[in-house]
Amino acid sequence: MNEKEYLYWLCRTPSFGAVTIHKLYERYGSFTAIYNIEGTALAAEHMVSREAAEEFDGWKPQLGRMKDEYDSLSERGIRFVSILDEEYPGRLTHIYGNPVGIYVKGRLPEEEMPTVAVIGARNCSSYGFQVARALGASLSREGIQIVSGMARGVDGAGHEGALMAEGSTFAVLGSGVDVCYPRDHFEMYMQIPRQGGVLSEFAPGTRALARNFPMRNRIISGLSDLIVVVEAREKSGSLITAELALEQGKDVYAVPGMVTADLSKGCNQLIRQGAGIVTGPDDILEYFQIKREKKLKLREKNVRGLAKKEKKVYSCLNLQPKFIDQVAEDSGLPLTECMTILLELELAGYVLQPASHYYVTKL
Amino acid sequence: MFSKVWGIGLLGVEGCLVCVEADVQDGLPGFAMVGALAPEVREAQDRVRTSLKNAGFHFPPKRVTVNLSPADVHKSGTGFDLPIAAAVLGAHGMFDWEELENAVMIGELGLDGRIKPVRGILPMVLEAKRCGKGRCYLPEENVREGRIVPDMEIIGVRDVRQLSELLQRQNRGAKDDCKGNRNGGECRKDGSIPDAFGPPFPLPETYDVDYREVQGQALMKRATEVAVAGRHNLLYIGPAGTGKTMIAQRIPTIMPSCTLEEQLEITKVYSICGLLPRENPFMSRRPFRSPHHSVTAQALTGGGKNPVPGEMSLASGGVLFLDELPEFSKYAIEMLRQPLESHKVVLSRVSGRYEFPADFMLVAAANPCPCGHYPDRNRCRCSDAQIRQYLGKISKPILDRIDICTEASPVAFGELRSQKREESSETIRSRVERVREVQKIRFSGRKIRFNSQMNGEDIRSYCRLDEKEEGFFREFYQKNGLSARAYGKILKVARTIADLDGAEQISHSHLCEAIGYRSLEEKYWKTADLSGQGRCQV
Repeated sequence: MNEKEYLYWLCRTPSFGAVTIHKLYERYGSFTAIYNIEGTALAAEHMVSREAAEEFDGWKPQLGRMKDEYDSLSERGIRFVSILDEEYPGRLTHIYGNPVGIYVKGRLPEEEMPTVAVIGARNCSSYGFQVARALGASLSREGIQIVSGMARGVDGAGHEGALMAEGSTFAVLGSGVDVCYPRDHFEMYMQIPRQGGVLSEFAPGTRALARNFPMRNRIISGLSDLIVVVEAREKSGSLITAELALEQGKDVYAVPGMVTADLSKGCNQLIRQGAGIVTGPDDILEYFQIKREKKLKLREKNVRGLAKKEKKVYSCLNLQPKFIDQVAEDSGLPLTECMTILLELELAGYVLQPASHYYVTKL
Repeated sequence: MFSKVWGIGLLGVEGCLVCVEADVQDGLPGFAMVGALAPEVREAQDRVRTSLKNAGFHFPPKRVTVNLSPADVHKSGTGFDLPIAAAVLGAHGMFDWEELENAVMIGELGLDGRIKPVRGILPMVLEAKRCGKGRCYLPEENVREGRIVPDMEIIGVRDVRQLSELLQRQNRGAKDDCKGNRNGGECRKDGSIPDAFGPPFPLPETYDVDYREVQGQALMKRATEVAVAGRHNLLYIGPAGTGKTMIAQRIPTIMPSCTLEEQLEITKVYSICGLLPRENPFMSRRPFRSPHHSVTAQALTGGGKNPVPGEMSLASGGVLFLDELPEFSKYAIEMLRQPLESHKVVLSRVSGRYEFPADFMLVAAANPCPCGHYPDRNRCRCSDAQIRQYLGKISKPILDRIDICTEASPVAFGELRSQKREESSETIRSRVERVREVQKIRFSGRKIRFNSQMNGEDIRSYCRLDEKEEGFFREFYQKNGLSARAYGKILKVARTIADLDGAEQISHSHLCEAIGYRSLEEKYWKTADLSGQGRCQV
């Protein structure tokens, strides 16, 4: 048994969190030593509560099983990277309550590469979705690593953008690394380890419990140099992550939205409080002092190649979803003709249909 | 002594001529009834005896036997009271029953001798006519309904006393009194028929709603028109209060106008269910049925020991509207499957096999998500999974039978206040009728009548695409991962749209429009893929 196996055993002890483990490690100096201490002694020194101490003692007979589990991880394509390892991300060592060990599928973020977290609402608008995807794509094209939570909505869009641009991206899960949540993102879940990695501090097999998500948020912000909040409601989880990032000393950027949109209230609030504003990928590149010849901008497609009527219909659309009746009304064309033109524009990649018969322009 | 009178019973939606025989003999006094009788028919003996007594008839204590034949047909309903009473009177020699060979009697008796109305008069009188009878004695309240049937003498009777007087008088002067009493008109002078007949049948088909009243919602209206023209089943998806019900309610106004046969078919079903309006017992309009989502399977199909038609049959010839489709019980919805194909409901019981018409157009409406506000993300906080689960509750086999699916958006205030003249139902109907005519010619000599009923073979021969369109459609099909079923549906709908346009060949715009109406599962249940096709939220 080596020190890391004892560490693994300790990590798996129920009701022992990262903070407690750090405290014990500081006090006793090695994980082997911790294993050899009686639970009652820990309780007597007020290191842990009496209940936790009992559980600690009760967990000791599990050592053998934990070692087997630890050994079997590699067969399942999972690595366990602990604070004892060289590989352990340097960015994480600086945050409070950093996980003692993390499970990784794929690889860990590069230390010297700039890293950005793209986070936001799960039930985002198509505006948020498109902006997140475009940011993910153009930032990763410039060599920036994209970190996010693989959740629905903005998180997923960020990953998607990075994957499309063949950049590197890292997903920090609120479940075990072998559990794909949400299930819709299975393809993404399979692809991310090829272009980056899937990370989690939770043991394999852990289900996606609600209480895990705030915990993983500290890792998302911890792993990145800067976080971008794309869309967030007031009092949303993304704002909590932004706050955590500030506590960890990271910079927070936000994508502005319409003042009337609920989904942008959180972002606009961040900007009012002094967060950086993202008007395009350039703002982020500037932060990292990455120079580019050509300015990068988020903008709509060039309409030069379109026919007159197509241009007319296209000009009625924006990033706010518009129902087809309204498009027909605004363009002055008959409804059936509008349907034809919109379908063609959609197939040509100029517009998107976020919900059926609602149209937005494509970024 | 013996006597014989004709009555009529109901088997499903059809009448069934029943011969009621009575015999009075010496012997132990009593009243016996035979002939496969339902409890309510068996009870008739007490009603008949008491009501005759209360009407002032006194009979010697003898043995009375009543037989309803054919004896192996199960008889139910309360319409046999009157023929039984008449047969008993005849057997006692109160009148010459042989005069009644050409007549049929229907009615229920009260203990005071009054004759009360019964359900199902129209199919019964139609059956009487089919069997060659020329005269019907009906309860007064049913006279108007009976008069729907042409060339039938209808005589209304109020109570047994009056009936007996009437029959005796007919005996005395049978030849001169009731001759030429076609439709019973002249019988009024002996007080046997009420004065108010109302307008003659058939009544004109008028509706008190019209598409003119619907402001905006151009897409929904257009989709509805296409659906009605090709008789495609239709699904509306949209938030509450966007006019889904309002538009659905007006569908009968744009369906081709009812022929007399259709009106009679519809009226028959309503007559059996006892749903005809008192003053005007005739269904001149196409029905619009909107059962509540708590409806049971039996209420949809029809049921009971002696089956009565359900909502599907009541909607026959018109529209069956299922509002809040996901809320209906799965079991009830599954019942729609077979009737949607065969256009009839068949119920098998110990007493026989009953067939009800179920030739309706299915129109359904659903909210897009549990809260009903999707895709307005400022109000809807339903998660993607919730939305998918909510619409996923809709039975797949039923969705397979729905060709057109369209969205409703919230109506802007400006649209409500707009003075724009909307198209009237009359204009839309004329277009629909033209398309129906085209289909009639296309499918003449075939079993199918509408574009929606085309099978794979028909689609190949009637929905040809030219080379360019073929290529376009192939690309779309592959890019969007459509199913073979969706392929067929899109082409069928495109055919109808081309017909509406008066075009022989399906053109690009027809195809594009049809693609826009493609059904729910193709639109909402696309899983996210990395190429970013569509599925994000508004």
